[in-house]
Amino acid sequence: MEFLQPTSWREALEMKTARAEALPIAGGTDVLVDLNFDRHRPEVILDLNRVAELSEWQPANGRLRVGAGVSYSRIITELGQRLPGLAMASRSVGSPQIRNRGTVGGNLGSASPAGDAHPALLAAGASIEVTSLRGSREIPVDEFFLGPKRNALKPDELIAGFWLRPAPGPQQFAKVGTRNAMVIAVCSFGLALDPEQQTVGTGIGSAGPTPLRAGEAERFLAEALGEGDHWRSGQPLPESARERFGELVARAARPIDDVRGTAAYRRRALAVLARRTFAWAWQEYTAQ
Amino acid sequence: MRISCRVNGEVREADQVWPGESLLWFLRERLGLPGAKNACEQGECGSCSIYLEGNLVCACLVLAGQAQNRDIVTVEGLAEPGALHPIQAAFLETGAVQCGFCTPGLIVATHDLLRRNPEPSDAQIKEALAGNLCRCTGYAKIIAAVHLAAGRLVSAP
Amino acid sequence: MIEARPLPTRQRPLAQSAITGGIGESVKRPEGVLKVSGDFPYSSDLWAEGMLWGSTLRSPHPYARIRAIDTTEAATMPGVHLVLTHADLPGRKVYGLEIADQPVLAFDCVRYEGEAVALVAAEHPEQARRAAAKVKVDYEVLEPLTDPELAISGEGPSLHEGGNILRRLRIEHGDQNAPAEVVVSGEYVIGMQDQAPLGPESGLAVPDGEGGVDLYIATQWLHVDRDQLAAVLALPPERVRLTLAGVGGAFGGREDLSMQAHACLLALRTGRPVKIVYGRQESFVGHVHRHPGRLRYEHGADSNGKLVYVKASIVLDGGAYASSSTAVISNACSFASGPYAVPNATIEGWVVYTNNPPCGAMRGFGSVQNCFAHEAQMDKLAQALGLDPVELRLRNAFQTGDSLVTGQPLEGSIPVAELLRRVFSMPLPETTDASRRDLRELPGGVSNTTHGEGVRRGVGYAAGFKNVGYSEGFPDYSTARVTLRVVEGRSQAEVHTASVEVGQGLVTIQGQIARTELGVSQVVVLNADTRVGSGGSSSASRQTYITGGAVKTACEAVRERVLEMARSELGDRAGRGETWRLADDRLVDASGRTVIDLVTLLGDEVVSEEREYRPRPTEPLDERGQGNAHLQLAFAAHRAVVDVDVELGLVHVVELATAQDVGKAINPQAVEGQLEGGAAQGLGLAIMEQVLVTDGKILNPSFTDYLIPTILDMPPVRMEVLELGDPLSPYGLKGVGEPPAISSGPAVLAAIRAATGREVSHVPVRPDDLLDL
Repeated sequence: MEFLQPTSWREALEMKTARAEALPIAGGTDVLVDLNFDRHRPEVILDLNRVAELSEWQPANGRLRVGAGVSYSRIITELGQRLPGLAMASRSVGSPQIRNRGTVGGNLGSASPAGDAHPALLAAGASIEVTSLRGSREIPVDEFFLGPKRNALKPDELIAGFWLRPAPGPQQFAKVGTRNAMVIAVCSFGLALDPEQQTVGTGIGSAGPTPLRAGEAERFLAEALGEGDHWRSGQPLPESARERFGELVARAARPIDDVRGTAAYRRRALAVLARRTFAWAWQEYTAQ
Repeated sequence: MRISCRVNGEVREADQVWPGESLLWFLRERLGLPGAKNACEQGECGSCSIYLEGNLVCACLVLAGQAQNRDIVTVEGLAEPGALHPIQAAFLETGAVQCGFCTPGLIVATHDLLRRNPEPSDAQIKEALAGNLCRCTGYAKIIAAVHLAAGRLVSAP
Repeated sequence: MIEARPLPTRQRPLAQSAITGGIGESVKRPEGVLKVSGDFPYSSDLWAEGMLWGSTLRSPHPYARIRAIDTTEAATMPGVHLVLTHADLPGRKVYGLEIADQPVLAFDCVRYEGEAVALVAAEHPEQARRAAAKVKVDYEVLEPLTDPELAISGEGPSLHEGGNILRRLRIEHGDQNAPAEVVVSGEYVIGMQDQAPLGPESGLAVPDGEGGVDLYIATQWLHVDRDQLAAVLALPPERVRLTLAGVGGAFGGREDLSMQAHACLLALRTGRPVKIVYGRQESFVGHVHRHPGRLRYEHGADSNGKLVYVKASIVLDGGAYASSSTAVISNACSFASGPYAVPNATIEGWVVYTNNPPCGAMRGFGSVQNCFAHEAQMDKLAQALGLDPVELRLRNAFQTGDSLVTGQPLEGSIPVAELLRRVFSMPLPETTDASRRDLRELPGGVSNTTHGEGVRRGVGYAAGFKNVGYSEGFPDYSTARVTLRVVEGRSQAEVHTASVEVGQGLVTIQGQIARTELGVSQVVVLNADTRVGSGGSSSASRQTYITGGAVKTACEAVRERVLEMARSELGDRAGRGETWRLADDRLVDASGRTVIDLVTLLGDEVVSEEREYRPRPTEPLDERGQGNAHLQLAFAAHRAVVDVDVELGLVHVVELATAQDVGKAINPQAVEGQLEGGAAQGLGLAIMEQVLVTDGKILNPSFTDYLIPTILDMPPVRMEVLELGDPLSPYGLKGVGEPPAISSGPAVLAAIRAATGREVSHVPVRPDDLLDL
């Protein structure tokens, strides 16, 4: 096993180009588990912790660019106001120890369907900036996940960061686990309302081979809000429409039975989470 | 590979480190600092909590190589030699220690909590210590220990 | 030679600071300073010059015949010193607590996933792991037997000589055909719980260069380990010396051997110290679990709510090897009807061999599974009768003079009704508007699943009990050596036993007893080892009773000798020597006046006495399950208050309340710790803990997927501790450790039923169980 430790982004990209098999490691909260449990012995490990650029974030052109190495703890404390959905998801990640170390970039790299950040990124319409010596590209997050633990990175590419608009409206995140803390999602749901564009964003976690959007549910809810002039009036949606939103979210999921829960439960829980998170978001919207 | 880092204020080194070795293993077996405990190897129990560059982390989830030239504080470094830190004394007095395997990690996590929030509520204590599993105590006396230590640290000159 | 680096002194005693009080005081644990400092030498912290690391190759199959094992490649891997298989074993190839049926290393077949097959010793654990992976085992994979009911039926393969029924027990009590006016029945399924001590199995074996071995080990019973090891190593017991290393929790999981024999075998063959430390995943297959069970119950009562009969059929899955299963099923049957007087009972119990993970001891030991069932039945019966559940329990609560279904009379204080009344009378936690509560006080916690929507509150009650000490005639005793001498100008008592501190506070209690009995302020408790006689296991809530009794008895013998010395040296002074006693490091007369201080009296004399303490013997159950099989009974009651999110099936336990009779609280703070910690384990089993096994394979062998309660899951425990005494036990104490883990979980289940109106019969309760899916 070889250990590479670049100190600049350029050096990291060169190493990844030269050694495509190198496994990038940021906080290590996924990679180390595989090493410690003897599940995986990568030939080369590429430690990105010394690349200072990765742990920066800044506003740019009306959006926020967040480096792949910004920890969950910093997202909560430094970006909680601007990215509330992602901050709520971050708060549900593991423990303080994990949040201090774990990063959204690492979460994207692992591409686990259960990654807590993913539903929030999906709901908010994030895009992922990936870079190689050949250049950079932005991948919309809903095109980033290709399968269980598979993402759209090319072998020479590294995740530089992600782009998001500061929340234009209320955002919510909820996650079901069978313990009150430190739990991997049985299923999770992210919601983002955009009153400017009058659109709705969703993200489903742990209920499919990849994190998913519930496109039909998003369109249905946006239409229902638009048709009734709810965005302007702030009037609540009828019960039937809220129920329908929940059903459509549940229908968008592609869950399986596994050690953490059953498919039937996941669908049911997603419908409940969708209804509830919308109610909370709408309450926040109308309170403003 | 050769690793050098500052641990509890002293520069420590070890050679022939296997690149897959965790910082926890490095501290325990190469540097002879067994205070951080190995109980789950996956960051789920907090027994190996230490400070890395001033951040509370699970040493089992850090590669030894990632600690190169970094600053580390372990439970062994919280108090002067031969003395107890008020948090350590409070854990002992309140009965927050039974088998004690989780205790070093909990003490470091409590230390981190109290420097950020000197007078935490029960709910804040629980959220801050949710990553530290204890199988013996049922946690009640741990919460009591945190309050006792907080009171003493706040009123200390 | 052996130390936890970087301790500067060698063979440093585990007990560092002074014992500061006698019995009845909340004395701080003397090893606590080391524990909070990170310096306490746990078994995984040990280190010796030239030490090698051992690794174990385990079976990937629940059931397979071994055709051949080829270690050639593994033996040539870098850093490897030795590879061992069953062919290299010098002595007995099997071991076990009650029946020696478990291979030290598998020979003809493997009977569970994770069974040890080969061992490697290497310079670095990674080298040992890589080499173990290169041992080639040719398996003929067989269809595993995983259904306990099938094992009873006699179908499927016979896993051991004599068939798959490990023990069948039938208790017939009273009229077997008594009719009842009201009848309720139910079937309850209890999942497999893991002890999940935070310290994984580990230890260090050091060859003595003369063919013997020293083992530094975290265990629950040094002598039973030693005797099993001596047979496996083909050594006389005195050449296998065990010293207790720091124990990171036990809860039953360290009663059986894990890595002990493996480390000794590698050490003796390599001539080097060998350390083995399990990881968490290996720990899940490296120790036995709590038996999963299926319990079918029928309760009959008259229209006033008096129990007429209980019929129960209890099937426990023992897994691949016997461990302590035969004793667990005995408990499960003896206490099957709960702490209630029942004139007629038919209890039928089976514990069987399967190809599932082996099961054995865990805190509560057979009384946990049955308590979920009998308490659910009592609630059902109350509902059928239109009675309050507590009222029904009060009408049937055991009283002195009643008898167990085994015919054993109930003697002394039997405070079941009192305990129930106490928990019933405690104030309930405030009911605040759920929509205004902090997330951390709602089901789902910071995962933000509800802001009050769907949250319903429920309150539930349960009572439970079990035996303290060994049962059915199993010899129960403990040994203590107490020495009184002058050290550096001060009188000092030393207590030496082989009884194991697992975190429960036994070291403190031994010191408290010596302080009280000898009136000496300086008490040192020596580290436990096999240089002194057996202390029995730290299990069955027995150590304070039995080892406490041994320490007390040895102290009394020392005291008698000291008084004798004084009488002969000072003259009896007209018989007043009869009233002399020891207090505050002095010999005092009846009025408390100093006769002589101990330092002067003792001089260079060393007064040392070793004593065994044996409580009243018990007897085996006969063919109808009758007999005085148990020593002491300990009772507790719990009330649980829960909030359930009925749309998501998530549970938040708001509060637990308990009342328990401890006879006499030797260390009140330690008693509280047992009540709180035991309740947490009961809560865990009730709502989250289950080793999931499918086709003989564990699906969740990690702390990511085997969930134990975090600090956010565990509510405050309101408690009342009763000290009602026991005329037969030292100081009138009762065992404390297990009752908190028995009725706590059933109370949570009862509260969940109350909140949801659902008949929940699976433990742990899963979100799916609380919804109509």
